Amino acid sequence: MSWDLFIKWLPDFLEGAWVTLQLVGASVIAGLILALPLGIARSSRVLAVRALPYAYIFFFRGTPLLVQLFLVYYGMAQFEAVRDSWLWPFLREPYWCAIITMTMHTAAYIAEIIRGAIQNVPAGEVEAARALGMSRRQALWHIILPRAARIGLPAYSNEVILMLKASALASTVTLLELTGMARTIIARTYLPVEIFFAAGMFYLVMAYVLVRGFKLLERWLRVDACQGR
Amino acid sequence: MIPDLYGFGPALVAGTWMTIQLALSALALGLVLGLLGALAKTSPLATLRWLGGTYSTIVRGVPELLWVLLIYFGTIGLVRGIGEVFGIENLALSPFVAGTIALGLCFGAYATEVFRGALLAIPKGHREAGLALGLGKRRIFMRLILPQMWRLALPGLGNLFMILMKDTALVSVIGLEEIMRNSQIAVTASKEPFTFFVVAAFIYLGLTVIAMTGMYFLEKRAGRGFARSTA
Repeated sequence: MSWDLFIKWLPDFLEGAWVTLQLVGASVIAGLILALPLGIARSSRVLAVRALPYAYIFFFRGTPLLVQLFLVYYGMAQFEAVRDSWLWPFLREPYWCAIITMTMHTAAYIAEIIRGAIQNVPAGEVEAARALGMSRRQALWHIILPRAARIGLPAYSNEVILMLKASALASTVTLLELTGMARTIIARTYLPVEIFFAAGMFYLVMAYVLVRGFKLLERWLRVDACQGR
Repeated sequence: MIPDLYGFGPALVAGTWMTIQLALSALALGLVLGLLGALAKTSPLATLRWLGGTYSTIVRGVPELLWVLLIYFGTIGLVRGIGEVFGIENLALSPFVAGTIALGLCFGAYATEVFRGALLAIPKGHREAGLALGLGKRRIFMRLILPQMWRLALPGLGNLFMILMKDTALVSVIGLEEIMRNSQIAVTASKEPFTFFVVAAFIYLGLTVIAMTGMYFLEKRAGRGFARSTA
């Protein structure tokens, strides 16, 4: 790949990469917030409480993100009620559709991570908290969730990397994130190999930085110190 | 039997069949690549280890959609060149072949790690026992290691296959007439995007359920003779 070509299109690549980071950042944070009640309800002992999050998770994990994205971006417009509602200014924009879809998609996966983490909190620690006179709610907030956060963090960082790659799908609804931008540049230069290669490099660098960042976070939260029971 | 759906029912069934074919051929390619990758990564040769590591790291770090696009649009010149060598004019990868290669490549990169984990989990004593019995290296691998790897790798491979099946939807971007592409065509004609994409979603859900059931029986068969540990 010739460097002057790369430098010529660098501002466009950076613009696309910035949109990609916005999509990923917004969806993994909003997804985590949405996943918390889902994951907690999913690990409930009451069947009725468990059923609804189970159906949600089953649907979002069992269908491709592309279908979900098309359902939100193209599908919602089928209903006049949606087109007349206050939601329409958002659902008309590919940017918001991508964020909404990716958030709902990743929330299903994060909810499963949270469930696994909650169930892997050693039972003795929960019993100890209760024996000290903590209420159920106190035990959840002060013992189970902080402990589960450390157990689930490595899996959460994997999910963030998967979402980084999944964000490429937003290019199919005309959004100019990194992949979409690469396709636009190719339409002007007719150099698919070089431009896709450069886009791939951007993804690799972003993934590397994210992995490093999570490693630092794990050290800061002393995740490995919690592993030995 | 087939619901009409404005006359697009049969097209969706044909699309489903195409999706299944694509998933299975990518699976076949991916299993071979994954096994080769795992062997390379555990090889005593540093060059092979580097090659296996680079393959799995780079492929896993780049979006699947980018691989699909890169292999379909990026190899046009190369494939045409190969065609000219053999005297075939305008040789090109079909979307099906390009999709198989791209998805197989991605599956293989993840399968490399699954197979490597399984390979490392087999006790060293088994290989030594084979050597003591005078078996050749190839024989030890085929008769001792590989059958045991299968049982250990199966749960991981099952998860990867679910992901692969959903990723087949990406190949609609390069025009392969699978579930998504045929749904989009139906949407253009009927102007009912929600209806058709919901139908597509439920076809994928059905395929996932079938694959999950299949995995359950495969795992049960592979694990016969082993007590399941209760965690």
